[in-house]
Amino acid sequence: MTAKSSPVFVRLAAVSKRFINNGATTTALNAVSITVRPGIVTGLVGPDGAGKTTLLRLIAGLLRPDSGDVAVLGWDMAANPVPAQADLGYMPQRFGLYEDLTVLENMNLYARLHGIPDTEKQDIFDRLLRFTDLERFQKRMAGNLSGGMKQKLGLACTLLRKPRILLLDEPGVGVDPVSRRELWRMVNELVNEHTAVIWSTAYLDEAERCDEVFLLNSGALLFTGKPADLSRRMRGRTFLLKGVPGDRRTVLSEALKQPAILDATMQGSAIRLVLRANETMPLFLQTGQLADCPDAAQMQAPKQAIRGTPDAGIGTDHAENLTHAALSSLPDAAAHASCAEKVRLVSVAPRFEDAFLDILGGAPHGESSLSRFFAPVAGGEHAYSVEARQLSKKYGSFYAAKDITFSVRRGEVFGLLGPNGAGKTTTFKMLCGLSKPSRGQARVSGLDLAAASSKARGRIGYMAQKFSLYGGISVLRNLHFFAQAYGLYGKKREEAVAHMLELFELAPFAAQAAETLPLGYRQRLSLACALMHSPDVLFLDEPTSGVDPVARREFWMHINALVQKGVTVLVTTHFMDEAEFCDRIAFIFHGQVAALGTPDELKNTVAGPDLPEPTMEDAFVALIKNADMQEETRHCAQTR
Amino acid sequence: MARSSAFIVSLRRIQALLIKEIAVLWNDRKTRILITVPPMIQLVIFAFTATMDIRNVHLAVYNKDHGNHGQELAQRLDGAPIFTRLIFTRNEANLRETMDSGKALCAVVIPQDFSRALHAGTTARVQIILDGRRSNTAQIVSGYLSEIIQTYYSNLSIAKHTSHAAVLKTAVPLVRHWYNVNLIYLWFTLPCLVGIITTMITMVVTALSVAREKEMGTFEQLLVSPLTPAEILTAKALPAFIIGMFEGSVLLAAAVFLFGAPMAGSLALLYASMFVFILSITGVGLFISSLSRTQQQAILGTFIFLAPAILLSGFATPVDNMPDWLQTATLANPIRHFLTIIRGVMLKDIGIADISANLAAMLLISVCTLTIGVWLFKRGLK
Repeated sequence: MTAKSSPVFVRLAAVSKRFINNGATTTALNAVSITVRPGIVTGLVGPDGAGKTTLLRLIAGLLRPDSGDVAVLGWDMAANPVPAQADLGYMPQRFGLYEDLTVLENMNLYARLHGIPDTEKQDIFDRLLRFTDLERFQKRMAGNLSGGMKQKLGLACTLLRKPRILLLDEPGVGVDPVSRRELWRMVNELVNEHTAVIWSTAYLDEAERCDEVFLLNSGALLFTGKPADLSRRMRGRTFLLKGVPGDRRTVLSEALKQPAILDATMQGSAIRLVLRANETMPLFLQTGQLADCPDAAQMQAPKQAIRGTPDAGIGTDHAENLTHAALSSLPDAAAHASCAEKVRLVSVAPRFEDAFLDILGGAPHGESSLSRFFAPVAGGEHAYSVEARQLSKKYGSFYAAKDITFSVRRGEVFGLLGPNGAGKTTTFKMLCGLSKPSRGQARVSGLDLAAASSKARGRIGYMAQKFSLYGGISVLRNLHFFAQAYGLYGKKREEAVAHMLELFELAPFAAQAAETLPLGYRQRLSLACALMHSPDVLFLDEPTSGVDPVARREFWMHINALVQKGVTVLVTTHFMDEAEFCDRIAFIFHGQVAALGTPDELKNTVAGPDLPEPTMEDAFVALIKNADMQEETRHCAQTR
Repeated sequence: MARSSAFIVSLRRIQALLIKEIAVLWNDRKTRILITVPPMIQLVIFAFTATMDIRNVHLAVYNKDHGNHGQELAQRLDGAPIFTRLIFTRNEANLRETMDSGKALCAVVIPQDFSRALHAGTTARVQIILDGRRSNTAQIVSGYLSEIIQTYYSNLSIAKHTSHAAVLKTAVPLVRHWYNVNLIYLWFTLPCLVGIITTMITMVVTALSVAREKEMGTFEQLLVSPLTPAEILTAKALPAFIIGMFEGSVLLAAAVFLFGAPMAGSLALLYASMFVFILSITGVGLFISSLSRTQQQAILGTFIFLAPAILLSGFATPVDNMPDWLQTATLANPIRHFLTIIRGVMLKDIGIADISANLAAMLLISVCTLTIGVWLFKRGLK
């Protein structure tokens, strides 16, 4: 639906907003002009700290702009926000649900707050409960709902008054893919010619679902328009290198050293490559062979080079043909059959994120400084770095985790995936010693976490999702503390700290309080603190949620370097990107390992004629449905 | 050898956490202000408000006597500095109304035969009526009144004795307040305040230390490190302990040098007692800290402990006035013991022998609270 003809509901003209905190001024929004129309879902896209929440709060009349005008439904929000607010529904990131009240009590409370007459209340409740599929949970305490259900309830409470403008601040955060899809379905149903929806998100894949997006980065508006329009710029520049022989992590880090490459990411066993505009695909990435392959040096550039040209009518199919043509035109392609047999460079559809990254200047280049400094982890006699043996956690009569068993090899990236409340976090916590298993054993580097806890924990590096260092004290003090807490003392400590300051370019900030660091640097500091003692195993809890794509690439580049040094990585995540980076994934559902395998294996289990190339998210959704179905059949069998 | 090196490693970890704790407390401007400014303000304000010196009392006088003695006694009462106003009443109803409305705290009824009885040398009874709704103040005022009346009698007797050579039948007690010769109430309050304000600060700092980390999410980061629960607790308790000692010293100095409170006894003994006392308070703080998940809960827990502990400390009301079972209960209250010691040492140079029981009790309490604190902390780590 084209919305150009419909009336403008929200208009921001050259709006700027600055915040002063501890004497430091941060520009949250810099001369941003946007218009929002009804009938479409408008996406407000950008990493944390981009200014999304500030923008939403300006529209809601909760903040005044420093300069510029905010007009909502024709009302000047700076002068008089009250009339427009009657037609606004604002769902903040953490909607104010009362955890100790039931679903219905929460709705009743908000109905009363909004002055909804009792006569109409029942009809509205019935409609919204059906709409959000919360009918069955009316009597449940809001505190006991899953992340997805809480968001649905928040949405229901926001919708009580039938707002004409719906402002949703990151409704997808902390929500598993299944619930996320449901939320999208609901919001799409809501949109009509009388309703405008603004959905803010840090997930760039969510941007693709919006009809129009505003891409924000550090307070600046980078793009306005249809997401496909932005992605289209990248056509002909995105490829998938399949069947990579040998160690794909080495290929990945080599690829990132190439100036022609804008971005390279792991996607299961394949590597996704994005070319810079008007650059030629490096040869070794066409063959998947590194210099150690015989004759690689003698290879000549193909006559028909693969260039990242902005397409002029060349579709993706064409591009793929071009690739094959290029490959077959190699002088002695057949001679390299042994090496290049299965290697295929396939053109794929560009993503919104590719374009964002293009605007930001691409993934960080070169190699992780860690690969030079970090000493390889000694082999040791233990084949497995992390072992879960019948790990179980029981709360009362309820098993949060039951008989979880798997082993992670040294130098493997192992992912724990699953919806909220299904046992993923419980398992993770037992494995890093934060929670004692009711039964079973968690072992790290051959040490039992229950028996030799302090010693075993000394072999672990841990990085939480939330920034969990000491914000009030300086970067240097944080590093000193963690170094010494992990047994580094005196000269060793000074060395390790100096190392980290250099590696992560933190030296200029050494004396600064950690909380004043920019987001990306905070993450570097977290990683530095987790690495100083050269751990065998690194535990990462949703490490890059909300981080901008460049910082995220940088983070995974470091992780990649560590893995090549033999560090084992255990990661829990909601991010499908992060899942793709894993060597193997355990899918945890209903407190049990519902599936275990490589990302490709998991994806293949759901592949079918109607879904030839399933994404990780498709796999995730299908796995949950399967597990639920099995549960139901078992339940039916039991009741019979 | 391995054992001792493990011990050193453990000490280094504690040292690391300790330095971090102090840096966190010191770098936070709010904490810095919290532990310096309010205690001084509290000391000043409490010192003047929590006084039990009685001033500004209104006294009703119902003088039925028409003789000179009744008149004279009334004048004596008027001359006493604590009675700022004398209300003369004409009849019973008038008197009742004055007391009912609270215009006067107490009343003196001089009987009709007062002068006659005094002249005759027989007993003359003066009735004192006190407002029971304000029993504490009234009780003190009654003391003053009796004293004034007694003095009047005895002056009279002495006068008689010289003229009539009559023998004084009863010895008039000459009251002298030891230890606080001029009965300056401030001297009583100041040592108590030093103890109580120190308690408050120490408890808040301890209770917040773990709760703050839980709230900020840094606690898990600590738990996955090689630091053991015992090491974490030690490093958490120490800064609070140091701050407590510091706070106690500053307040003590202020009490002595600023307010002129006496320091009669041994400073060393006082510090030894303070050491044990703050140890026990730190234990209680850790106890609360282990139980609370947020800073809000920690503060709430602190006040749930503090309110009854202060009431049962003998600061506001003497422990001796409490029922027996409650007196026994106060033995478990470290504040009570410390107040006894600090008052004793500051005002009357009490010796170690006199406070050994209190000291031993505090030591026992410290051991108990610290043990329970550690136990709860470990239990909470599941």
